[in-house]
Amino acid sequence: MSVAQPPDRSLSGRIRAAWGIVALPLLSILLALIVGALVMILSAPIAGKPVDLGLPLTAYGALFQGSVGNFDAIIGTLRTTAPLLLAGLGIGLGFKAGLFNIGAQGQFLIGGIASIAFAQLVHDMDPLIAIPFALLGGILGGALWAFIPGVLKATRGAHEVVTTIMMNYIALSTLSYLASGPLKLPLSPQPVTAGVGNAALPILLGRDGHLGILIAFLVVPLVWFLLYRTTRGFEIRAVGANPDAARYAGMKPRRLIILTMSIAGGLAGLAGAGNILGVNHQMSASFSTTVGFDAITVALLGRSNPVGIVFASLLLGAMRAGAPLMQIEAGVPVELVDVVQAIILLFLVANAVLRRFFRLRGVSANLGTTETMTATYGSEAIR
Amino acid sequence: MTTSPPAAASPPTADPPPSSVPALEMRGITKRYPGVIANDHIDLDLRRGEIHALLGENGAGKTTLMNVLYGLATPDEGEILLDGKVVDIGGPSDAIARGISMVHQHFMLVPVLSVAENIVLGLETMANRVFLDLGEARRRIRDLAARFGFDIDPDAKVASLSVGQQQRVEILKALYREARILVLDEPTAVLTPQETEEIFVLLRRLAENGRSIVFISHKLYEVLEIADRITVIRRGRVVGERAPKETSEDELAELMVGREVQLTVDRGVSDPGAVTLEVDALRVTDDRGHPAVREVSLQVRAGEILGIAGVAGNGQDELVEAIVGLRSVAGGRVTLKGKDITGASPRHIHDSQVAYVPADRHRFGLILSFPITDNLVLNRYCDAPFARGIIRNDEAVLAEAKDNIAEYDIRTPSATAPVATLSGGNQQKLVVAREFDRDLALLVLDQPTRGLDVGSIEFIHRQVIAKRNAGTAVLLVSAELDEVLEMSDRISVMYRGELVATVDGRTADKNEVGLLMATGGKAKPDAEWTQPIDRGATT
Repeated sequence: MSVAQPPDRSLSGRIRAAWGIVALPLLSILLALIVGALVMILSAPIAGKPVDLGLPLTAYGALFQGSVGNFDAIIGTLRTTAPLLLAGLGIGLGFKAGLFNIGAQGQFLIGGIASIAFAQLVHDMDPLIAIPFALLGGILGGALWAFIPGVLKATRGAHEVVTTIMMNYIALSTLSYLASGPLKLPLSPQPVTAGVGNAALPILLGRDGHLGILIAFLVVPLVWFLLYRTTRGFEIRAVGANPDAARYAGMKPRRLIILTMSIAGGLAGLAGAGNILGVNHQMSASFSTTVGFDAITVALLGRSNPVGIVFASLLLGAMRAGAPLMQIEAGVPVELVDVVQAIILLFLVANAVLRRFFRLRGVSANLGTTETMTATYGSEAIR
Repeated sequence: MTTSPPAAASPPTADPPPSSVPALEMRGITKRYPGVIANDHIDLDLRRGEIHALLGENGAGKTTLMNVLYGLATPDEGEILLDGKVVDIGGPSDAIARGISMVHQHFMLVPVLSVAENIVLGLETMANRVFLDLGEARRRIRDLAARFGFDIDPDAKVASLSVGQQQRVEILKALYREARILVLDEPTAVLTPQETEEIFVLLRRLAENGRSIVFISHKLYEVLEIADRITVIRRGRVVGERAPKETSEDELAELMVGREVQLTVDRGVSDPGAVTLEVDALRVTDDRGHPAVREVSLQVRAGEILGIAGVAGNGQDELVEAIVGLRSVAGGRVTLKGKDITGASPRHIHDSQVAYVPADRHRFGLILSFPITDNLVLNRYCDAPFARGIIRNDEAVLAEAKDNIAEYDIRTPSATAPVATLSGGNQQKLVVAREFDRDLALLVLDQPTRGLDVGSIEFIHRQVIAKRNAGTAVLLVSAELDEVLEMSDRISVMYRGELVATVDGRTADKNEVGLLMATGGKAKPDAEWTQPIDRGATT
């Protein structure tokens, strides 16, 4: 029933418009931190500790110190941010096309293992050849992993939420097979892959600021350009906003679904490759990460906008990077970060409740991203 | 819509106030939105037993006013009086509790539920804590139906009812909720002339029983026929109040638009040339695989308008969608200027100088969240000059948008405003601008003026005539019989997937065509027909 308003060009109108975009994410973060504080205070007695009302301040202070308190901490934040940023860009791109890709986790893992496989082919070549080749392997691996759900949706109408979850499990098993079989480090007692040799990313900054961080941030303008400056990006956004109108306009939703999924997977695969080539340098059969799922929160928090995703990934990256110091200094387990992150997601998805509770009238009826989550179309897309 | 049961709904059976006090009075209602005054000190009063018509262009403020009445919008100024007492209406459930009911243009019915179930939805009578007492509801519904002369089976599934019957269910729902004031938003938009007559009889009976009715419509002749009083709103203000006896369609149109309006566009003389579109024994199925178009053959010549009359849902949408490539063809052939275009892609057909104005502009014609600029090039975005290679050229798009906005009189504060901010008439003008703004061989129009006001209709009709005079073949589908009669050089009637008759557009008789629309000229309706009835998805 809301009456759409014409844009207001005055300064106050612009501030209102900007507030309309950032209000919900900011409010969600703030509320999640408050809930996190309550969890800390209330859970202390369970652990047999006295109730300490100052604990949240100590803990969040340590979290802050650990993430941006000094040069090394900042580099650490950037290092955890890079994969979140890349995978988040991929998921955000999917949202723009009306696709809810939950498969970034699998695409990340396959991207990682593929980069190792490619790296082993060229491990003794010049880094100028080995690095791009291994990164390309990661992109292709991730793209392939998302291409399959894309094709299934485009040809059979299979919903990507279901198929990408399945692909996540297949990725886990594939990783475990490759790490204990074909790619296993010879003679090692553990199921772990061999190293990446000359494909390892060079450290550019500080102790561990590797090339992959730079690459991740360089991809941001590329995705932005694709979405907002190219005809293909226009098609992707059109299909996401109204697949029927896109078909009417002569676009090909099926092909666009496959293409968008593949690009999204490629980005998640690049995230995996960057992390493996820059940080881990090998993968064990039980390699575990939460990047693929955290990236969903990143994309939602950034409202699928490449610039928004930069800020969202920095926030989540900082929390991840600062959590160990929080555990050391305040005795609050690192898992608190998961709690806060999950609550951010809850508030974002339940935005109608927030809007009503805080009387955020006019604040973004255009939260297209969560609409994609709740109303993605299946077979209707390929009529 | 969620309506909590109006628990406090003391059925308004207490002493009826003296009939000199209006049932409803809205005084000085003002509602401002940033940059727009939707309602500017509107006064409206509704007597008991009166049918009061509310006329106005799209965006004139009728909907806002009714939203204020229904508690969906809070007025910035003004007050609402029911039976002479000032009330504060907090929301739809509050409005219903006070005896105000709204029948929306898009029916709010659950197709898989029965008539009785739909009617009690929201204020179910419980037999005990767990089970519904539908028996009591059925009894009350039968009583009401008998009292007002409805012919309806409380146990019929809503999905099996015709549009006219569904509308009666909506009205019955309002009566079941003890409504004394009924607001009907364009109730006739989806009805045949015969169904319209029936609903009018019913409305008169309700008014005689003391119910007050606000009747919103764009159709001037209907308003003149049914209303006791007519209030005209333009740009948020009341610009006139008339009794039907002392006014005319021309005067009402002028009041609405603010200038003289030609209600019937002079279609002039057509000069048909060579056959442009030829459809031969076309068969098309609907989304569920049931036949929707059965062996339809037609020809449209350059410089002529072929009108397809028919009640919505008789296969017209499927026919045009198949012609423009949006729907696959089950059999038959479509030829454009001698070239076979059966099953060609929408883009190929678009590039063959075919324009298409879809029936549902929200579904097919526009991307509401996108700016006007992008929508104006929605199907030309990859052509020069709007793109260089794969890079879009925003300057060219903006320049084109500014041209189109000026030429087609699209009223908007800015070329980059989202289309959702435009009124329905301006949205349709946008679609027309995009589709008409090039040389065309064939123009396919599906319900081009549905839900539009007289000013916008006049504008679009003029554009269509101009295209025809420039030698374009025009296929015009409309459920609006008057539109088909006014515009077409030839008229074919579509009934249950077939073209049952073709008549000359200049000599066609309205009643004859109306009867063909309703019955197909057959004594017995066709039992195999399973099409759902189109409820008109666009306003």
